Amino acid sequence: MLYNSISHSFRRSRPASSRHALATSLAVCFAAIVAGCASSDPAVSANSAANSPANSPAGVGSKPAAVTLVTHNSFSVDPKVLADFEVANNLTVTVLAQDALANQLVLTKDNPLGDVSYGIDNTFASRAVQAGVFSPYTSPLLPMGSDKYAFDADNSLTAVDFGDVCVNVDHAWFSAKGLAEPTSLEDLIKPEYKNLLVGQSAATSSTGLAFLLATIGHSGVDGWQKYWTALKANGIKIEADWESSYNVDFSGSSGKGDRPLVVSYGSSPPAEAPPGAATAPTGIVAGTCFRQVEYVGVLAGAKNPQAAHKVVDFMLSPEFQAGLPQQMYVYPVDKATTLPADWVKFAQAPADTIALDPVLISKDRDVWIQDWSDLVEG
Amino acid sequence: MNDKPPLRAHPEDRVGKLLRRMGLVLAALIPLGIFAAFFFYPVVALVGRGLVGPGGGGPTGIDLTGFADVVGRPRFFKVAWFTLWQAAVSAGLSVLLGIPGAHLLYRRSFRGRSALRALVTIPFVLPTVVVGLAFRTLFASSGPLGSWGLDGTVWAILLAQVFLNYAVVVRTVGTTWAQLDQRPEEAAQALGASPTRAFLTITLPALGPAIAAAGTLVFLFCATSFGIMVVLGGGKFNSLETEIFRQTTQMLDLRTASVLSIVQILLVGTVLGIAARIRHRTESTLRLQSHVGAKPRVSAADWPVVLVTGVVVALLVAPMVTLLGRSLHTETGWGFGNFDALASTGDSQLLIVSGWTALGNSASAAAIAAALAITLGVLLSMVLARKPRQAAARRSLTVLDGFFMLPLGVSAATVGFGFLIALDKPPLDFRGSALLVPIAQAMVATPLVVRMILPVLRATDDRLRQAAGMLGASPVRVWLTVDLPIMSRALAGATAFAFAVALGEFGATSFVARPERITLPILIGRLISRPGAGNLGMACAAAIILAAVCAGAVFLVDRSVGARRGAAGIGAF
Repeated sequence: MLYNSISHSFRRSRPASSRHALATSLAVCFAAIVAGCASSDPAVSANSAANSPANSPAGVGSKPAAVTLVTHNSFSVDPKVLADFEVANNLTVTVLAQDALANQLVLTKDNPLGDVSYGIDNTFASRAVQAGVFSPYTSPLLPMGSDKYAFDADNSLTAVDFGDVCVNVDHAWFSAKGLAEPTSLEDLIKPEYKNLLVGQSAATSSTGLAFLLATIGHSGVDGWQKYWTALKANGIKIEADWESSYNVDFSGSSGKGDRPLVVSYGSSPPAEAPPGAATAPTGIVAGTCFRQVEYVGVLAGAKNPQAAHKVVDFMLSPEFQAGLPQQMYVYPVDKATTLPADWVKFAQAPADTIALDPVLISKDRDVWIQDWSDLVEG
Repeated sequence: MNDKPPLRAHPEDRVGKLLRRMGLVLAALIPLGIFAAFFFYPVVALVGRGLVGPGGGGPTGIDLTGFADVVGRPRFFKVAWFTLWQAAVSAGLSVLLGIPGAHLLYRRSFRGRSALRALVTIPFVLPTVVVGLAFRTLFASSGPLGSWGLDGTVWAILLAQVFLNYAVVVRTVGTTWAQLDQRPEEAAQALGASPTRAFLTITLPALGPAIAAAGTLVFLFCATSFGIMVVLGGGKFNSLETEIFRQTTQMLDLRTASVLSIVQILLVGTVLGIAARIRHRTESTLRLQSHVGAKPRVSAADWPVVLVTGVVVALLVAPMVTLLGRSLHTETGWGFGNFDALASTGDSQLLIVSGWTALGNSASAAAIAAALAITLGVLLSMVLARKPRQAAARRSLTVLDGFFMLPLGVSAATVGFGFLIALDKPPLDFRGSALLVPIAQAMVATPLVVRMILPVLRATDDRLRQAAGMLGASPVRVWLTVDLPIMSRALAGATAFAFAVALGEFGATSFVARPERITLPILIGRLISRPGAGNLGMACAAAIILAAVCAGAVFLVDRSVGARRGAAGIGAF
């Protein structure tokens, strides 16, 4: 986890005085500005930075083919793993990170932004697939675990990873109060858990939407409004974004807020465990999880479909799968992957998650969000 | 340029006039072309797709039923009204609080004045997401000011808007005030007027244009603010901007988004029109002193001003201290661990680049953006500063002026999505280009540059230029010897601010960034969106660095220009 890596690098750093460290930081930062002013062409430096590992491919003489990967702003990969892939396949990968990925792909489908796209999930995938954004591809690596999460029979999309949106719980708060932790969505509307939960708006936050979908999966398309009326009466607090609700309102984060229950990710608890701790201070409420699956897909109209297929295979390869927990806080679909030690210790993927048919989500999502908005936000 | 003495004055004069006119046309055409390609074309392309789109369209292909649909919803009026009133109240509060600040920081001298001026400027350049989080931390029921009960109320939004925009008023009004001829006010007081009366009848009208300009800018910033509205509004308070963002990025309802965008542009345009009228009416009253003597020291009579400014500065500092506290708090106790962490990408490479690399990316993009914005802004200001005799020409200049303010009033989502669908074919094949980030930032910074330089050029006596021309100076020479020195101070200030604005820009950048080129605000946004105390601490440390760099840039320009000129310093917009 990054949390641990920070403390590691902190310990590794030279034993300089704090004052000295700040002075160095400031000096470096001003030097960076001067350097920034001096470099006249960012495009050139960007290319050299991105491509330098791939400029010496194994196949001597042949120019590497270019492939563009369109992804979301949370995409991350170990540069060395990517460079190895580029060298082995004589490719150069350009990564474009975009906000609102699914909609960008739909908008640009006649002249796609790149060859392959990673990061679209089961709450938005249908919109893009129905718009004809993707060209089906069946990877030979599907049987390693991806096929279990297949999107459709054609393999319009290929599952790469999954994660759960779950209510997180602050263990210390409940043990201090001598109150039993809730274990299900039904518990959340009980009087003893009044004013304890903070969530996010389904209209502006992906975790908020996932939690709404969890309640619909639980209470049914006809019953969810009744459940939310009860949840509202029981004092759920809604913020617009995950950042604010988790960092400010949740008592289990460093923000030390006053609500011990928060809608967050199943992978959040390991991030709150201090180094060397035997237990994580937070955990998940098992019966509240909605599973999000992230996919990669070849873009219809890709300039280089062969290379795009290789990128799909790369994302199912053990090297890429192994990096997923640490780099993007998600579980790999490949069951053979070894999870990081703190995940094994602090994060358990719930056995049961709430599922909802992607086609149903695609059909009714906007109406649900609108109805939810009217009901909860007023 | 021309060594030979003119043989006959007449033809030479006509050629000079023609050259000058051609130069002005060129000076207008270059920014027009660039704005057309990188702002108007993308915006029109996206808005047009919402109205013409494959689904809609009668015989003309244009589907205007969307207007009736959207405007007919009760939610629409709620949102439009909220957008207007919160922006108006925020602008009013900023002006009311900013005027005493402008007086203290630009009309009085005291130790640490430059530092205080830089300090009040910091909030303006902090990423709004970070500001929103700092305010929520302060006001949350578990926070230091939790007992005030402001969390989740509209007051938290208004206070945050004032926090961000206080500097706009202080610097705009302050720089004009510093150069204002003091003698009329002194004379009024000598004749028995009370200081309050002298201020209200003499000084305040003279400051009218500056106050109007500042109020307009703050109104625009508040009407289109996004991060603050989302984080502090908690979904309960929605403005046109957040609605456009939601309809575009969540619902992909371009029809509704287009209608809302047009409404927003119309509202913004109306306000700009009114403001231009106020400015126009009061501009002639501006009387500046070219040489400004030493400022009086703070005296006992200044206590109301000191009190108000003291309270405001305390309120400005509180969220910044919150932020600093979080950045210095690590799991192992207090220290600089979060700052040290910025040198790494973390063992797990959550970040593709280190914090310092992101700062370097930000700085180089901001430097290019500032250079572009200054070039465009100066060219535009030269054209807009003309005072043609024909009414038609005057009117077209006013329209041009309003036109180039529009980037401040159009949603970042509209511009970002517009880039995607409009700039996808040669010769405008810019998607994925690293230059797109500085170009997007320059579109936001240019209107600020114009608002800072233009008042100075307009206040300049045109007879100076005419005299120089009469004495045989070429148009270029006139510009170099008359215009450039006059606007040099404003130019330096504009450069510092354009740089700072570009450095902190988040909205448009988040649509067009490339991972290996991510800027510091994007990196902060990314760290904040991850669990774990380390990530949040690192985000706060990065925000502190961003603030320090911006404050440093403003402080250095302020000091160097101010010291050399022996005058009030720069940085009005």
